[in-house]
Amino acid sequence: MDITFNHVSFTYQPGTPFAGTGLRDVNTTIHGGEYTAIVGHTGSGKSTLLQHLNALLKPTAGTVTIGDRVITPTTNNKHLRALRQQVGMVFQFPESQLFESTVQRDIAFGPENFGMAPDEAAALAAETARLVGLPDDLLTRSPFDLSGGQMRRVAIAGVLAMRPSVLVLDEPTAGLDPAGRRDLMALFARLHTEEGLTIVLVTHQMDDVANFAEHVLVMDGGALVREGTPREVFADAAWLRDHSLAQPTTTRMAGALAARGFHFDQPPLTLDELADAWHRS
Amino acid sequence: MNSMILGRYIPGDSPIHRLDPRTKLLGCFYYIGIVFLANNWITYALMFALTLGLLPLAHVRLGFFLRGVRAIIYLILFTVLLQLFFTTGGHVWWQWGWLTVTSKGVVNAVYILCRLVLIIFASTLLTLTTQPLGLADAVESILKPLKPLHVPVTELALMLSIALRFVPTLMDQTTKTMNAQRARGVDFGSGGPIKQLKAIVPLFIPLFVSAFSMADDLATAMEARGFRGGDGRTRYRALAYHRGDAVAVVLLVVLTVVLIVLRTH
Repeated sequence: MDITFNHVSFTYQPGTPFAGTGLRDVNTTIHGGEYTAIVGHTGSGKSTLLQHLNALLKPTAGTVTIGDRVITPTTNNKHLRALRQQVGMVFQFPESQLFESTVQRDIAFGPENFGMAPDEAAALAAETARLVGLPDDLLTRSPFDLSGGQMRRVAIAGVLAMRPSVLVLDEPTAGLDPAGRRDLMALFARLHTEEGLTIVLVTHQMDDVANFAEHVLVMDGGALVREGTPREVFADAAWLRDHSLAQPTTTRMAGALAARGFHFDQPPLTLDELADAWHRS
Repeated sequence: MNSMILGRYIPGDSPIHRLDPRTKLLGCFYYIGIVFLANNWITYALMFALTLGLLPLAHVRLGFFLRGVRAIIYLILFTVLLQLFFTTGGHVWWQWGWLTVTSKGVVNAVYILCRLVLIIFASTLLTLTTQPLGLADAVESILKPLKPLHVPVTELALMLSIALRFVPTLMDQTTKTMNAQRARGVDFGSGGPIKQLKAIVPLFIPLFVSAFSMADDLATAMEARGFRGGDGRTRYRALAYHRGDAVAVVLLVVLTVVLIVLRTH
């Protein structure tokens, strides 16, 4: 399922002294089955862009085409539920959306809202909990008794249980320890390669972008300023600095090495690529 | 949420913005009091002329005030209709069962409408031009004489300013939680009353949880910075009366005298 932005602009609170620009004339396509990363510094419009992916926000100008649904500024707010099921959205600090009495019931909340029978939803919840690496004995516990990392997993499972074909992640690893961060990123990569999920990831971790993303969108000041493969986007260190971004650690390292006389055929993105290039030279 | 105009501050540097918050707060209450002195066409016309004259002085567009009126239009309509149909006396113009429209009823209904609109305009003017924290400071300063009577004035003012400070934060949190639950298939504001009531649960529980944890964090942060009650605490933004405040007081006194002279006795 492709999501296409056609001349999309968005203004917060138009017609008041508090009006603020969220998006300016964004044109792009997020292709089904691809792993897309959205980067940009704080306030660049990333989160606003995200909320257009499942019509939580509607453009003030232009159209967003999600699968075969076209969202225009005048689209009615009703009948958007099917869309919300197809595009699963994990917000920043998603553990703040937990509310049910047990972990299992919280994960089953989404599927039940989309019309699944309670026992079926409960079975699916247990299965999804296992998928995100939650031990079975947590299912009957209150979500408020868990650790921060476990709560995050429950919240992500709650979205995955809706069986979306697009998974949108807004800084999903913020505030987690390194092990938790690595596990979650591995989980998303597995969902992408094994289940064919389309992934849209907003992140400040350029290393994650280099390691996992196939397509990168760079936002600045509400506008889409560049898009391409990680290799294309990360090639120009000076340009990235101008947009308050940095190169991934590996690329920075390679740059430092190149300055001391090492030759790379193309700048390496991941640790493996760097090691290979090192080995060859 | 964003259409809420009552209780919203618009930054600016107009003569009204620069008034001391104490003057504005007390002046607003006083104004609401003297609205009830008006009881004929001339006095109401005077009040309207004066109030509308204040709007350009505050550099705020009339539209904002009208939106304030729109927010409670049903309350206004209800009150006006009550006056219209249930006032007895005067010439009877229309009657149906126990509903009567009399000349006196019509006059009373118009007066009530004028009063409500004037009161909304005045309080909207107060909140649009005064920072919430300024209002909290004003309350503290005004209540200070009650301190010897063991009224916890500083604590009350602190509670007020903390509450006001958290209004936008909680609104933000509400929007976020609603979005997260919408993404999980909750429809807010559609379906029957039972369904709508059920949709409240996934919204309120996360909100309460986060409000309590924010309160906890705030208490810890305040203690870490050495907060031990407000005794002897000085202020960065000290309140001070200026010439504009004197002008405002004179204006209100003159208005009162004129109203008393012009009203029907």
